[in-house]
Amino acid sequence: MIHFQNVTKRYGEFTAIDNLTIDIYEREFYALLGPSGCGKTTLMRMLAGFETPTEGKIFLAGQDIAPVPPNKRAVNMMFQSYALFPHLSIWENIAFGLKREKMPKHDINDRVDEMLRLTRLEKFARRKPHQISGGQRQRVALARSLAKHPKLLLLDEPLGALDKKLRQDTQFELMDIQEKTGTTFVIVTHDQEEAMTVASRVAVMDHGKIIQVATPDRIYESPNSVYVADFIGDVNLIEGTAKLNGSEAYAMSWHEGHEPLTVKSPTAFSDGQKCHLAIRPEKVAISAEKPAEADNAVQGRILDIAYLGNISTYHVELPTGAVIKAQTANTRRIARRAFTWEDTVWLSWTATAGVLLAD
Amino acid sequence: MNRMSWFNAVSLTLGFAFLYIPMVILVIFSFNESKLVTVWAGFSTKWYGELLQNEAFLNAAWVTIKVAVFSSTMATVLGTIAAYVLVRGGRFMGRTLFSGMIYAPLVMPEVITGLSLLLLFIGIGLDRGVFTIVLAHTTFSMCYVSVVVSSRLVTFDRSLEEAALDLGCSASEAFRLVTLPIIAPAVISGWLLAFTLSLDDLVIASFTSGPSATTLPIKIFSAVRLGVSPEINALSTIMISIVTVGVITASLVTKHQVARQKREEQAAVRT
Repeated sequence: MIHFQNVTKRYGEFTAIDNLTIDIYEREFYALLGPSGCGKTTLMRMLAGFETPTEGKIFLAGQDIAPVPPNKRAVNMMFQSYALFPHLSIWENIAFGLKREKMPKHDINDRVDEMLRLTRLEKFARRKPHQISGGQRQRVALARSLAKHPKLLLLDEPLGALDKKLRQDTQFELMDIQEKTGTTFVIVTHDQEEAMTVASRVAVMDHGKIIQVATPDRIYESPNSVYVADFIGDVNLIEGTAKLNGSEAYAMSWHEGHEPLTVKSPTAFSDGQKCHLAIRPEKVAISAEKPAEADNAVQGRILDIAYLGNISTYHVELPTGAVIKAQTANTRRIARRAFTWEDTVWLSWTATAGVLLAD
Repeated sequence: MNRMSWFNAVSLTLGFAFLYIPMVILVIFSFNESKLVTVWAGFSTKWYGELLQNEAFLNAAWVTIKVAVFSSTMATVLGTIAAYVLVRGGRFMGRTLFSGMIYAPLVMPEVITGLSLLLLFIGIGLDRGVFTIVLAHTTFSMCYVSVVVSSRLVTFDRSLEEAALDLGCSASEAFRLVTLPIIAPAVISGWLLAFTLSLDDLVIASFTSGPSATTLPIKIFSAVRLGVSPEINALSTIMISIVTVGVITASLVTKHQVARQKREEQAAVRT
């Protein structure tokens, strides 16, 4: 439905968006994820019409939208600060866009009531924005931006101002509303957990470029670069050189005097090519004895234990000085924990647990 | 509560005495029976009565109010537009120069402003009267309005306007329906400021007024040169009380609004 074709945006010398081509499909929940300053907000503001691309074209439903001003676009935006009009009541805030369309009064009433029901705000219709809580304000902003039946709804860090618990509830509410209304949602966020939870596809951005676009599980399980692996979640990165050893299997030598690691990789590496093994802490097992049938096993000493309640993360220092993180679920009570600081333990993982990435 | 130390008490008394004794004396003598301003001869309100009979003073008061209303309204419109353009106009050539130039009249000696306006009016052959005073007052009070309004606009959340555009407003609708209602308090206080400035301006008005139009400050000034009369004391007392009532009402209204907003916000947190 949306097609960015070789879009570039420059502010003077600074390139915010760098020759970017992406597609966003109908009824999709698309997340733009990246650190601040990566250009994700600029991308969204170009869709809303507050910025125009320096080069390239943006198509919405096949139509080039560059000449269309923001007030004529079938695109609505939910602002990071919510941007609720403080001098108007909740009801008037939601009706604001409908009144601009010169919609008959009767229809406006119906539509506003419908939006109030959808966001469970019926009780607050007559209040002013400063008379309701942060979570309610967020829902008003959502209701206001959805009231005009936009083809596309843009959400700029919509949950940034909410506390963690409320944020999690609201994420599910957002997904629910997106399914009910069938609107295409594009969300901008720097919170990878949020992007993974709500989105059907995630685009990871850095320095004005899209690094990877994929479903949340693929982004997590098979990142295409060290940057993505490192940005999404927690990861151990081991540097080494690859050597082909069977079909799609590599022996990665990583440190002198240590056995090479066995890794399966569908992407091809030439012999002696520098590479990184990215492996998630929860895929690294920890044991007191050397496991008999592990593809990879290394010995180390426990440096630190981070107890997070449901899980514990062990920081294990290898003789090489590198620190590997291993995560285990705390299925037993903490008093019965098998390892403690300074213990010597074995870390092991399978050949398919990690991803081999080019430098 | 701590008792005030004697040093603080004395400083406070001295400070307030310095500020208010002249005005208190003026107010007291406005109720003096005697025609001699400095000799107390008993309480009387007769000077207030006589003031109401004094055609010249009443005329001057009427001119002053007309000038203040017109000039502060014009200054508010122009000052608000100027502030909006300077804060929101983006970067255009010479923007820094322009914003500096808006504020320059604030520090310009009034005599110079008055003189230059006088030369201008003579140059273009404009007869001096109410109209020229209005123009002159608009000129100098506009920058005060613009300062007040632009300080509000700087803290104004830009995304509110973008939200209005996003929801289908044209730029002028966004200004009228969103920006203006929100900055209204600043615009109103800008208007009040311009109004009071115009009300008590003597220097610029005396340069730009003609024989047909005399404002109250000019009238008082020229009357005092012939000797202070109790009538003038009475007139000044009226002006002092108007200003006092105005200031107290304004601050009570603001205080009330702030208190209400706080209460409502607390109520919102509880729900």
